[in-house]
Amino acid sequence: MKTYGGKVLFLDSSDINTDEIIPAKYLTEISKEALKPHMLEDLKLQGFDPQATAVSEAKVIVTRANFGCGSSREHAPWVFEVNDINVVIASSFARIFRQNMFNCGMLAIELPESSIEELFEHKDSDASISVDFENDKLIISSPKGSKTCTYNIAEFDKALVKAGGWVDFADSKY
Amino acid sequence: MAMTLAEKVFKAHLRDEPFPGTKVLNIDVVLCHEITTPVAINDLVARGKDRVFDSSKIKVVIDHVTPAKDTKTAIQGKIIRDWARRHNIRDFFDIGRNGVCHAIFPEKGYIRPGYTVIMGDSHTCTHGAFGAFAAGVGTTDLEVGILKGVCSFRTPETIRVNINGRLPEGVYAKDVILKVIKTLSVKGATDCVIEFRGDAVDAMSMESRMTLCNMAIEAGGTSGICMPDEVTLEYLWSFISSDYADKGAALKDFKRWWSDDGCRYARILDIDITNMAPQITYGYKPDEVKDVTEMEGTPVDQVYIGSCTNGRIEDLRVAAGYLKGKQISPLVRGVVSPATPRIFRQADDEGIIKIFMDAGFCVTNPTCGACLGMSNGVLAPGEVCASTTNRNFSGRMGKGGIVHLLSPAVAAVTAIEGRIADPRKFPKEMI
Repeated sequence: MKTYGGKVLFLDSSDINTDEIIPAKYLTEISKEALKPHMLEDLKLQGFDPQATAVSEAKVIVTRANFGCGSSREHAPWVFEVNDINVVIASSFARIFRQNMFNCGMLAIELPESSIEELFEHKDSDASISVDFENDKLIISSPKGSKTCTYNIAEFDKALVKAGGWVDFADSKY
Repeated sequence: MAMTLAEKVFKAHLRDEPFPGTKVLNIDVVLCHEITTPVAINDLVARGKDRVFDSSKIKVVIDHVTPAKDTKTAIQGKIIRDWARRHNIRDFFDIGRNGVCHAIFPEKGYIRPGYTVIMGDSHTCTHGAFGAFAAGVGTTDLEVGILKGVCSFRTPETIRVNINGRLPEGVYAKDVILKVIKTLSVKGATDCVIEFRGDAVDAMSMESRMTLCNMAIEAGGTSGICMPDEVTLEYLWSFISSDYADKGAALKDFKRWWSDDGCRYARILDIDITNMAPQITYGYKPDEVKDVTEMEGTPVDQVYIGSCTNGRIEDLRVAAGYLKGKQISPLVRGVVSPATPRIFRQADDEGIIKIFMDAGFCVTNPTCGACLGMSNGVLAPGEVCASTTNRNFSGRMGKGGIVHLLSPAVAAVTAIEGRIADPRKFPKEMI
């Protein structure tokens, strides 16, 4: 089983779409690795620089509502995967993006807005999150302190993560 | 128990319920294009599972970048072409016969009431116009669909949108769906299907219903859905006539899919369109919508008419009705992409291609290219495009450009003026 967690990249906006995560002009790539330098390239967010060290060191994204809206492109989870980000935490996700994450064995964790707000209190203080997948818990820690949150993900999505993704799950079952 | 159309389709296609709330459905049609399928094909090959569950239920098109613009897009075309040949997939549409996926597949009669449809393309929700459950999925879902003919979904809720009244002059299905998205917001229909009902929908052609359902995803919806009726029947009759004794029998069969009286809706929305103005997006999200009157006079650099939203014959007729005998502004580049070869031919037969060319439009081959900034009409930074497409995300049609989503009617009069214009102020010929 993979481990989930590490340094956090905070993206303080709702409705971040798939074109912002990976622009369509890179959809002509057929290898996931080729997407790597273009993660969040077109995201316009105050103070955000896709080339910053905080972006390249991140292992977890914390963001707001409706993350991953727009296209069905699985290139969005893939560009995170090849940049070693395998957890996205948001107050809500667009359906296709969320399913793509679990289908790839990655975590799309939904938390209530109040909990997201608490995570954002650590925004400017070099925060890390570790995910205890077996116990549905995550711990955020930074110089500001640490806090544990519990979360819920659907049983099916959990099974997909354990199986390593939907292809392996479906292949053994159907 | 009273059920919605979506619930009936789920029940009829249920393969497994691995966990409460998750349903694995048998899929009737798996649609494929050259952008999201090649990675699935390569992964199947790498796993030693280069198989397809049923070659007659897989439909394939090259549509996003066609003809290929460079080596990378040529390779994508080659991967999907070789794969379709190796698995004897007969319904494969390559250059010369290819068109925008969500226009060509319905045109071929592949989508029927009560069907389940998936594709690695978010605008797959279009096909719900036929009373089907049709959902965009990622490449992994597509891969499993190709291999096993199944796909997983959370049981969706249904939002019923009643569209009442008669479309005023100069106002079309595109304006209605922009208004619906404005009302629901970009996430208002997440994990829901949007059921379009009401006398305005009953009066709409299949083309208009496809325009409505096409943009369900822009409100987060899994599928748009219309009830299959006489209009659906007439559209499909040449494909299904041998399956039924007569049209009455077919219609009876269609109606068993209709949402039952007393079924449960997550939300019911009523929209009266009697006095509605043409609509337009102003920002970078599809729910940022205004009356066109609030944007009139905004200069534009390019007008694009086409896409899976508004590239069908009805759309071209409307635009041509405003453009006949006119010239577009010298400050504007006009680009029109008929969505399929059949639409192109029909537009040619009806004199519509000539009207566009006389007006100064560039007529391209059927392709999705411009809509997502991949080819055939990419914007430069700072440029403005009045577009009949479905997504106005920042950079969508080219980095640094802005897209205003609007109807073919608004697009046509905007091209003439060189500025956003209101079609209600312009004469229109019937075409």
